[in-house]
Parts: sequence; C-alpha cells; structure tokens
Amino acid sequence: MNDTALLEVKNLKKYFPIQAGIIRRTVGHVKAVDGLTFNIKRGKTMGLVGESGCGKSTTGRTLLRLLKATEGSVTFDGNDMLAMDRSKLRAFRTRMQIIFQDPYSSLNPRLPVSEIVGEAMMQHKMVKNKREMKERVNEIISKCGLFAEQALRYPHQFSGGQRQRICIARALAVNPEFIVCDEAVSALDVSIQSQIINLLKDLQDEMGLTYLFISHDLSVVKFISDDVGVMYVGHLVEYGSRDKIFANPIHPYTKALLSAAPSFDPAARGGKGRIVMEGDVPSPANPPSGCRFHTRCPHVEPICKETVPENRELEPGHFVMCHKAESL
Amino acid sequence: MNENLNSINSENANDVTNDINNDLSNVDDVDIGAMMVPESGMPTVGQKKEDILLDVKGLKTFFYTSNGTVRAVNDVDFYVRKGETLGLVGESGCGKSISSMSLARIVETPPGKFEGGEITLDGRCLMRINEDERFLISEKEMRSIRGNEISYIFQEPMTSLNPVFKISKQISEPMILHRGMSKKEAHKESIRLLELVKIPNPERIVNEYPFRLSGGMRQRVMIAMALACEPKLLIADEPTTALDVTVQAQVLDLMNELKERINTSIVFITHDLGVIAEMCDRVVVMYAGKVVESSPIEDLFSSPQHPYTQGLISSKPDLVTTEKRLNVIPGSVPDLTDLPPGCPFHPRCYKASERCKVEFPPSHRLTDEHLVSCWECKGEEIVSVSETTLEGGEPA
Ligand SMILES: Nc1ncnc2c1ncn2[C@@H]1O[C@H](COP(=O)(O)OP(=O)(O)OP(=O)(O)O)[C@@H](O)[C@H]1O
Ligand SMILES: Nc1ncnc2c1ncn2[C@@H]1O[C@H](COP(=O)(O)OP(=O)(O)OP(=O)(O)O)[C@@H](O)[C@H]1O
Ligand code: SF4
Ligand SMILES: [Mg+2]
Ligand SMILES: [Mg+2]
Repeated sequence: MNDTALLEVKNLKKYFPIQAGIIRRTVGHVKAVDGLTFNIKRGKTMGLVGESGCGKSTTGRTLLRLLKATEGSVTFDGNDMLAMDRSKLRAFRTRMQIIFQDPYSSLNPRLPVSEIVGEAMMQHKMVKNKREMKERVNEIISKCGLFAEQALRYPHQFSGGQRQRICIARALAVNPEFIVCDEAVSALDVSIQSQIINLLKDLQDEMGLTYLFISHDLSVVKFISDDVGVMYVGHLVEYGSRDKIFANPIHPYTKALLSAAPSFDPAARGGKGRIVMEGDVPSPANPPSGCRFHTRCPHVEPICKETVPENRELEPGHFVMCHKAESL
Repeated sequence: MNENLNSINSENANDVTNDINNDLSNVDDVDIGAMMVPESGMPTVGQKKEDILLDVKGLKTFFYTSNGTVRAVNDVDFYVRKGETLGLVGESGCGKSISSMSLARIVETPPGKFEGGEITLDGRCLMRINEDERFLISEKEMRSIRGNEISYIFQEPMTSLNPVFKISKQISEPMILHRGMSKKEAHKESIRLLELVKIPNPERIVNEYPFRLSGGMRQRVMIAMALACEPKLLIADEPTTALDVTVQAQVLDLMNELKERINTSIVFITHDLGVIAEMCDRVVVMYAGKVVESSPIEDLFSSPQHPYTQGLISSKPDLVTTEKRLNVIPGSVPDLTDLPPGCPFHPRCYKASERCKVEFPPSHRLTDEHLVSCWECKGEEIVSVSETTLEGGEPA
C-alpha cells in the first residue's frame, strides 16, 4: 500500500509549550497533534475533519515544516521532510504549498495581488521576466474567478471570499504537487466554491495533484475526498475510505459529528436527529486519560478511562481508535 | 501561578486603545446631529412600524479607487423585524459585508463613501442621504450604539482582534468601557463568556494571545464579545465558517437563546444554505451590489424565483450528491467598477431577454413578503420608495 504514497506520516507529534511567570518557565504542553499516522497516495485527496481546535491546522503546518515537529516522521516522495536542510527545503517549497485558513493575516498588506501571486514564480525563476509573470498571474487569478484588472489592487480592497481566492491563486502559481487546503473554500458562496472545487479536481486529473483537504464542511469533504481522517483532541480517531466513513462510521465521535451536520431542509429545523454530545470539549493542554473521547462518549466503559485504545485496522484501510469498535 | 506578572507591559490600566470601536478612526464623521434630527423613515410595505427594528432604504456605498468607482452597495433595501433573523446571501464580492458594515458605520471613509440611503434603527434615524440632505448621526453617538445596541461579528476575526494583546484584555475592555465593570469583574466575565462558546479550558485561553488559538477559537472569541453586550441587533458576518458542525450547532443555539430571551434581531450573513435554512425567518439575496430577491425562508427553498437564486440553490453539494462535478452558474460575477447595463445578472442568465440587457428590472411582488427583481418573473410591479424619493429612477 505504501508504494504509491506521496506523503507518509508516522507518529507525528506537535506540542506547544505553555509558559508562565516572569522568566517564562514551561509549565506544561498543549498536545495539539499527538501521534498521527496516515498516508496520502499521489493524485488522491485526504479529507481531514474534526472539532475546532483539535489540531487540523497544526497537522498541516507541521507536515510542511512551517512548524517544527516534536516527534515522528514525514516522508514526501521518498524524502525525509523533517531531516532536510534549509537549502533542500527551499527547493521543496514549490512542490508543497498551503492555502492558509486565515487569508487576512497571511497576505502581505503592502503588496498588490500581482506581486503576491507572482512573487514565488519570480523567485524560483519559473517565469523569464515581469511581463511573463503578469500574464501568468492574470491567467491564474481568472481561473479563480477574479479579474485581471483586480491584480493591481491590494488585499484590503477585497471581500473575504476574494481574499481567500488570492491565497488559492498564490498556492497554484508555482505548480505544486501537494497542497494543504486549510478551510480553503469555507468563505466562498456555493457557486464559486463549486467552481474552485471543480478547478482543484481538474488540476488533480490533469497533473496528478495531491491534496490534504481540511474542512468542517462535511458535504464538501465527502465530495472531494478519496480518504477521510477524523481527528479528536490531537488523535486521529478514525481513518478510511470516504465511502466507509460516510456510509459506515464506527467511532462514536465520527457518528456524533456526522449526525450534527445542518440539514438543507427547513423542515428539519431545530436539530432533529442530532446526537448531542454531553460534556465539555477537553483541552489539548490537559487531555483526558485513556480514550480522549471517554468524557463524552455514550458507550464508555471502565477500560476507556484507563487505556489509550490502539489504532486498529478493522477492515483493510479502515482504522479506528476505540476499544469497542467491533461491538458498535 | 503568577501569570499576571508577565503581562506588565500590556496590561496598563489606562491603556484603552484597544477598544474595537477606536480602531475605526477613519469613519465618516459628519456631525450635524445637534441641528436636526429627522423623524424615522416610513416602514416598508405592509409592515407595522412598531415591529420593525431596522429599516434600510436605498443604501449606496461606493469606493473611489484609482481604477474606478466600486459600486459595492448599490441601492439596497431591506428591513428586519424585532426578534427576527434575516439571512443575507449572495456571491462572494456582491456587497454583503459592506452593506452590513455600512449599518454599523465601520466602513473606512475614504476610500469608501456613503452615497445615498436611509437607515433607521428602532425608530431612530442613523443616516439619511439624498440629493438635498446629508445627515449622519455623530461618530460619538454611533460609538455608543455600537457598544450597546449593535454588535458585530466580523468575517475575519484577525481584522478585529489585536495580535499584541491577550484575549482577556480584548474581551474585558468594552465591558469596562460600556458596562462600567471593574477590571477584575470583567476578567471573570471574560472567562464565563469563553465557557459559553465552548472554549475548553477558558482560564488558560483567556491569558493567551490570538495567534496561539485555532481559527475556530478566534471566531468564538469574537462571538463571545458580540453576545456580551446583549444587543438589540446582532450582525453576524460568516460567524461559523471556521466551526465544525457540533460547535456550530451550539453557537447557533446560543444566538437563538439571545433572540428568545431579549428579542434580539439578527442579520446573518452566510453562504451556508444549511445554516440559512436552520436559522433564518427571511432571506435577502444579493447580486452585484443589488438585492435581487427577498423572501420568507420556506419560499426560498421551495420556489426560488430569480434565476440567480435558482442557480445558487442548485449549486449546493449535499451529503447525497453522487455527481462527478458540481453545478456552477456559468460565467462570472461582473466587476463592480464596470457593471453591465440592464440587469446585472443578464450575461449569465438563462432566461435573459432583450429587455434585460438594457433596462434594470424593478421589484416585483409575488406574495406579501416575496419580492424579486427580474423581468421574467411574474408579479405585480412595485416602485420602491427609494426610487421615487431618492433618485427618480435607475441610472442607465
Ligand atoms: N502557536 C501556538 N501556540 C500555542 N498553542 C497553539 C498554537 N497554535 C495552535 N495552538 C493550539 O493547538 C490546538 C490546535 O490548534 P489548531 O489550529 O491546529 O486547530 P484546528 O483543528 O485547526 O482548529 P480550527 O478548526 O478551529 O481551525 C489549539 O488548542 C490551539 O490553541
Ligand atoms: N476598500 C475597498 N476598496 C475597493 N473595493 C472594495 C473595498 N472593500 C471592498 N471592496 C469591494 O466591494 C465589493 C463588496 O465587498 P464585500 O466585502 O461586501 O463582499 P461580500 O459580499 O461580503 O463577499 P464575501 O462573501 O467574499 O465576503 C467587493 O467586490 C470588493 O472587492
Ligand atoms: S474507546 Fe470507549 S470511550 Fe472511546 S469512543 Fe470507544 S467506547 Fe467511547
Ligand atoms: Mg484550523
Ligand atoms: Mg464578506
């Protein structure tokens, strides 16, 4: 199964220190990502879903080495990402891109769109001169639903969704092989969202792009993904093919998550059919013992509170971290 | 332990520069409020005046840039009843945020300029701009309205969270300023509010800086701040884009609870039609700076009339979609500096007739509350108040 994996992630961890006091002594850690293992095959899309704050963005950033991993390994196209030196990493930067969740703070307010999108093309000598850069930029931004004339404007002169598309254009500009799309279409209305998703799919078909697609919008994730991972407080609690996850979710958290999707039908107002999770969301600074979901799980048993469940492969390619997986 | 010690520099008690409202130093500041206060506008068709909290007529907000005039909000009418949730939907860049920012008067002016319109909040005129008159209540009054009557949840949290201050300071300050709390009380209240929006471990998070929070946590900090002042009008601009469905459901419940408890009205901007279906009583659909359809929630889904609305509803992927590609509305949104003549949607419209290419369609009334701006939709034609009194017809 690993032969064609473009990205292999093993036991990836990212802890942020919590500091206190005048000398900023470390008093604990936010265990934002705590032992993730998964693969993404070339030309495929892995969707990543889970509660707000469960570590999705941190996972994306750590993979690309925008954050330093605490532990674990990341292999990209056979190369050990975490051991790479700076100059090699720089060359890899064009192959791996990220569309940030927060467009507002990831765009340089002092540069016009043409520079924001074209900068990396110039830096990596992918275009011969400024004129060629401008042409390329215009081509890319119009694919993303913006106008060539808008290339001269600055980020603050755009709407939220337009800024998000500037980020998408910037990521696509350098012809990457792998893109982390972190809530990349979440600020877009359905029509433009569909246009962008179709664009991402076309690029995947034509050039074999691979995506890690982080989103809380389950219908979009279901549409675009081949595989889906479900995170809960730093753990990947379920991981498998899209059809398995959506048709036959096993982990109690996945089930609750899927049941909470807002319905498109005004007749179903008022949350009928939602599995309401009791209890508070645990903090990654102080995660529960044993299974991290045990504080809110309707099926909890004594063992869940004591032992961290193993990540078991119930069926080929379908992994679940739950003691009671077989009986659910 | 002694966590407060490390924040000496940022917690200077007199330093209140961080009030979000103070960030808005560049706002339109025409103060003639003392001279004359016009009486409130006429209630919109068929509505009892007392029921209407917010009435907006003929609103125009333009941006003057070196590449031309961006007609971001171009003659927009809508109203919100007391205790009602109004949804605002439309293609990215169509003017939803600028419309609602104009209500709260937080558009940067210049480059922006209010070019027309009348805004009435709870019987009080906030703005009346037409050929003979340019009335805007003073920035000082507006600031007090923003602190007490209107709350705003911004689309991008980092536009209004200050990266160099701790969360506690940012939530506390408006409470100290507008509700006269002591620093200690406000800190305690901040923790309670974070708890309300389901942020785990609020005692720790309150002492963090915004960059150490996840996207959805920042969004919830904004929501907590907005709910804190128990507003009459809550403007929520894409408030749940970064929230997973479970937290989203809890936050939506929280807003509904406010609506039930103190009859708050909500203007809810979102592109998520599922959320619209669940939250809203009525919906206003915008396209290229104009309102093209407004309707009760049931009609919007069962019988959308405007071809743009129809396209919008059919583009949505849902959990049962099996198609390989998603539906899109062909073509793209016009550039707001260079709008096509006639109906702005005509270049993309499957129904477009010759008339659509030259003449702007007025509102047609289908039912009491279902209005649509389209030549091809049948119904009784109405001439809106703003068209007759403010400008005498649509410019060509
Ligand atoms: N730079 C940082 N320093 C300290 N803690 C951080 C930092 N970045 C993130 N965290 C913490 O790590 C946890 C995971 O954050 P992350 O941004 O990965 O969440 P997420 O799954 O992307 O959530 P969302 O859906 O809200 O964007 C959160 O508890 C957050 O507070
Ligand atoms: N400062 C500015 N200068 C020039 N044009 C601007 C400025 N701010 C906004 N605009 C333009 O005004 C139009 C309306 O913007 P607005 O933010 O209201 O859109 P929106 O409907 O909220 O879109 P989205 O769903 O993408 O957030 C956009 O086309 C935008 O490019
Ligand atoms: S391991 Fe136990 S607590 Fe965790 S999800 Fe399974 S049944 Fe629930
Ligand atoms: Mg995130
Ligand atoms: Mg907006």
